[in-house]
Amino acid sequence: MSISLSNISKSYKKVKAVQDISFDVEPGELFGLIGPDGAGKTTIFRILTTLLIPDEGTATVAGFDVVEDYKAIRNAVGYMPGRFSLYQDLTVEENLTFFATIFGTTIEENYDLIEDIYVQIEPFKDRRAGKLSGGMKQKLALCCALIHKPKVLFLDEPTTGVDPVSRKEFWEMLKRLQKKGITILVSTPYMDEAALCDRIALIQDGEILDIDTPKAIVSKFPKTIYNVGANNMYKLIQALQSYKHLYSVFPFGEFVHYTDKRDSFQIADLKSYLQNKGLANISIEAAQPNIEDAFMELAK
Amino acid sequence: MKRFIGFIKKEFYHIFRDRRSLFILFGMPIAQILLFGFAITNEINNVDIAVLDHSKDATTESIINKISTSKYFTINELIAREADIETAFKKGKIKAVLNFEKDFSRNLIKEQHATIQIITDATDPNTANSITNYINAILQNYQQDKNKGIVVEYQIVPQTRMVYNPELKSVFMFVPGVMTIILMLVSAMMTSISITREKELGTMEILLVSPLKPFQVIIGKVVPYIFLSVINAAVIVLLSIFIFKMPVQGSLFLLGLESVLFIITSLALGILISTISETQQAAMMISLMGLMLPVILLSGFIFPISSMPVPLQIISNIIPAKWFIIIIKGIMLKGVGMAYVWKETLILIGMTIFFIGLSVKKYKIRLE
Repeated sequence: MSISLSNISKSYKKVKAVQDISFDVEPGELFGLIGPDGAGKTTIFRILTTLLIPDEGTATVAGFDVVEDYKAIRNAVGYMPGRFSLYQDLTVEENLTFFATIFGTTIEENYDLIEDIYVQIEPFKDRRAGKLSGGMKQKLALCCALIHKPKVLFLDEPTTGVDPVSRKEFWEMLKRLQKKGITILVSTPYMDEAALCDRIALIQDGEILDIDTPKAIVSKFPKTIYNVGANNMYKLIQALQSYKHLYSVFPFGEFVHYTDKRDSFQIADLKSYLQNKGLANISIEAAQPNIEDAFMELAK
Repeated sequence: MKRFIGFIKKEFYHIFRDRRSLFILFGMPIAQILLFGFAITNEINNVDIAVLDHSKDATTESIINKISTSKYFTINELIAREADIETAFKKGKIKAVLNFEKDFSRNLIKEQHATIQIITDATDPNTANSITNYINAILQNYQQDKNKGIVVEYQIVPQTRMVYNPELKSVFMFVPGVMTIILMLVSAMMTSISITREKELGTMEILLVSPLKPFQVIIGKVVPYIFLSVINAAVIVLLSIFIFKMPVQGSLFLLGLESVLFIITSLALGILISTISETQQAAMMISLMGLMLPVILLSGFIFPISSMPVPLQIISNIIPAKWFIIIIKGIMLKGVGMAYVWKETLILIGMTIFFIGLSVKKYKIRLE
């Protein structure tokens, strides 16, 4: 096991940040913690990176206990906190050199590991880190976290505040790193990124809702999802919410994801109901549930 | 060791890239020393005074001459009537008025007794006091000259001698104080701010999750500031020697050693502050309120400790600056050696060990 948590709980004063969390991450796995802000993701990261001591439970990283062997863990892992945490007044190259030095290595020694990423920011290597764009900063932070060839990589919301193109690139980089044998624990509030992980843990209010592969989580979804569209989104949601057979309704892009209480649901029934409510251009189609639907269902 | 050097290198980048702080760091000691040396002083120099001479005879003339030729006073105004004294003061230029009584010479010869009234502007009591003393001294001097050869039956002649600072230059008193303040400020405040900055920017989080040991982080933070503080101490000593002709009676080497000791004490204090404060602002406030004020008020720099109320005298003992000021005053002005300051030195060493011990104990190897 690369990472293993059993019955971890942690409270800040009166607030329970995480409660009774257990999960394992296999070596070489890309494991995602998916949940909204305040779900307890960062607390889990800090416990695993030995920055916090859990109130209850035990956890190991790369075979070391997070409390007893914290020094060994600090040597073996790479950590990228949620907030950009590099030295803004140092240049790109100076930052990288600094982190290489404090881990007792050099840029040259592990250059192959970061090459793909570093070539993209190399043209700016003399620029101060504070003057980089959001996506560049994330790439630099990733380089710094990787420069000592860690066994386990912790990335706390690495793509928050990053543009869609850079996000996509970032995940491609993670996939390549995974192929090099690095275990990666990543957290994100974006459900679409969850599908890119090997396995995910859905987490809310400090508790784990489910742990499985993204596919399995979606397939467990108990209902049929319908994509409903109409000329007026706001009126559509209002109408659906007052529909007596409603099970759930969530806006989803230009459509609404609708599920019905009945097993014998007829599209025509709903259509005529909506028409009676004065809506036009109504479209109702069965659709594939996604992780967001699953999360909403589990979080109910 | 490579890691440690890498860390120190990073610290120097921080310091040299923050131009404004760097400017303050080196500009402040120079500005302070010059200010204290030239402007803020209780010395009497070319003080403007006015004279109201009711007699206008040979004796008064020679006394006035004697006073105006001294470098302490300049006769700025001659007043004709008593009523004009008030107006003269109100103009604000003169600090004292000499009022000679009528028939000064005659009274002196006939009745062996004549009076001069010295009126001083006591809005600044210290200066007023000094002016009176200086004028008295000049008058006494004049009297002695006059009485030469005449046998007076009983006479007590006090012979005062001011040792260690015979000219009573106040800059001699300020240099040790300013040096103490600067070293304290640079060392304690800058280190505490630089450690809390890492906490505030979140970089502490990555530093903690690295093989860097706590003492490497702390010492790495401290080393650059030892350099800067030593440079500052040297600048202050050189300025006082070359601009204010302040003598360093004792050994420069000992002075250097003691300064380094005090720098380390202050740095230890700075680290202690940083371990208890979360933000740069908090660290700055604690440094200013917790260090600057006691250093200025209770160290004996401005107000003599012996004239403080007993509780304050007791409190002053826990202020490192007090001991350092005793040490450097001793070395610079009295020329004493280790034999006379070993006690104070030991106290400083003890305090340093205490501060470092406490900070290592309080240093958080985790985020909580």
